[in-house]
Amino acid sequence: MNLDNGTSPVGIALLIKCIVVREWSIAVRNPGQWLNPLLFFVIVVSLFPLGIGPSPATLETIAPGIMWVSALLAVLLSLDALFDADYADGTLEQMVLSGQSMSLIVLAKVLVHWLLSGLPLLVLSPILGLLLNLSLDTMPVLMISLFLGTLTMSLIGAIGAALTVGLNQAGVLLSLLVLPLTVPVLIFGSASVAAAASDISANGPLLILAAVLILALSLAPLATALALKIGVSGSN
Amino acid sequence: MFKWLHRFGSAPFVYRFSGALAPWVGGACAVLLGIGLYLGLFVAPTDYEQGESYRIIYVHVPAAIMSMFVYMVMAISSAVFLIWRMKLADAVAQAAAPIGASFTFLALVTGSLWGKPMWGTWWIWDGRLTSELLLLFLYLGYMALRAAIEQPQSAARAAAVLAIVGVVNIPIIHYSVEWWSTLHQPATITKLKPSIHESMAVPLRFMIFGFLFLFGYVLLVRLRTGILQREARASWVAQLPEIMRFNALAPAADSQAVSPSKHSETKHG
Amino acid sequence: MAEFFNMGGYAAFVWPSFGITFLVLWANVWFAKNQFKRVTRETARRSAMTRAKKQARAS
Repeated sequence: MNLDNGTSPVGIALLIKCIVVREWSIAVRNPGQWLNPLLFFVIVVSLFPLGIGPSPATLETIAPGIMWVSALLAVLLSLDALFDADYADGTLEQMVLSGQSMSLIVLAKVLVHWLLSGLPLLVLSPILGLLLNLSLDTMPVLMISLFLGTLTMSLIGAIGAALTVGLNQAGVLLSLLVLPLTVPVLIFGSASVAAAASDISANGPLLILAAVLILALSLAPLATALALKIGVSGSN
Repeated sequence: MFKWLHRFGSAPFVYRFSGALAPWVGGACAVLLGIGLYLGLFVAPTDYEQGESYRIIYVHVPAAIMSMFVYMVMAISSAVFLIWRMKLADAVAQAAAPIGASFTFLALVTGSLWGKPMWGTWWIWDGRLTSELLLLFLYLGYMALRAAIEQPQSAARAAAVLAIVGVVNIPIIHYSVEWWSTLHQPATITKLKPSIHESMAVPLRFMIFGFLFLFGYVLLVRLRTGILQREARASWVAQLPEIMRFNALAPAADSQAVSPSKHSETKHG
Repeated sequence: MAEFFNMGGYAAFVWPSFGITFLVLWANVWFAKNQFKRVTRETARRSAMTRAKKQARAS
């Protein structure tokens, strides 16, 4: 780790590389951390037909909503502990004190987190879509929208995870803070899939999703970094 | 000019100033709400389309407008608190949150009561009602976060970050919800027309300003409470007449330490 | 008068709206005032106690 070189900022590429390597090796050692939300996603999606009934027509109409709400909850579940381990063992404090750009560290962390939780979810989604009677033609739109949407949700969720860092029972509070903020993603995400399912162009909602993602990419790391600094300074 | 502004950073000044201002704001609020109620219930004519039920807008619209306004107040004071480290701005944000949440709740309940005769159901996923519901969640999240963090300074700063994140999101949420509701329901919903007749608009204006002044009054009282809590150990607080008065009324063990000893203490000191 | 209270048949919607609104507005004022009184009392007690402690230390 090259993070301990006092206060002079190292190069951005090196910084991101360090974080990515570190996060990756941690994640590989605890597969439960990213496997559980994925399992949760699969189970929630497969519970819906059992609750609503197996009629293919009904399933087709509600499939976009089910996929999207389940994905939202799975991402939220995986974000719960995003900063907790680092907070508990003091790594977070070292990161804040390192003099490196906290926003960049956060961004790298969130990206790695997304690679481990969002990407597998994306890969699984067509299979689950088939279970819900989505046609094959809608799969590309489903995957693109989930790509844009889960990344945005990870970024927004990171703000909530940072605000609740070190708190007991942060899970419910995190949902309360983050879910209202993710409403636009949910609306445009499921709308794009629904549009594709009824053979309408999904470009509009997808472009808005992309715009929201860009906004979140530029602003969310700043807010997350600030929230983490507050969380760390409060613990002393 | 700036010197004058700077006094609003001083807790004792704001405490006394808001104490002096509060009765006037409260009085103005009572007058405005009284006139608004009278005009709205007795003078304003019956609506051609909606009958008497339209009178609900005299409480619904002010509550809805104020619910957004209060969030703006909260977000701006949170930003002032984060940028200039002005503790009083945080006290304002903290004082505003429950008032805003109660206005949002009112907007939802009265909107639902207005919707039942208009739409035939208690709840409709109409763009504005849905936005209000999400706004209520934002308020509740703010208050819950504040309550969850024990250390007061981190609680204040974390809540301020959340308020600002929320205010960046509100327009996005609002427009996405609007878009979503028009997507799912073709425009059959009777919207409240902006071309409202003058005889109906005047009472509405009175009610809106009445709500605004009520917010001002409650905010001032809650702000003073917040200042007392934050400055409990400051010497100026101990010398406030209301604190001295309570000391005089306190049980014997406490009252020994009050007025006569105050002078002897300085002698010893 | 009865006609006024009837609100053109919408009494069941108009009066609860006004009722709950003024109830909530009143509750806002009441709770704020009550909390102010309580905090004043607590602050007074605390300041009296610190003063008593100081005095005890001084004598």
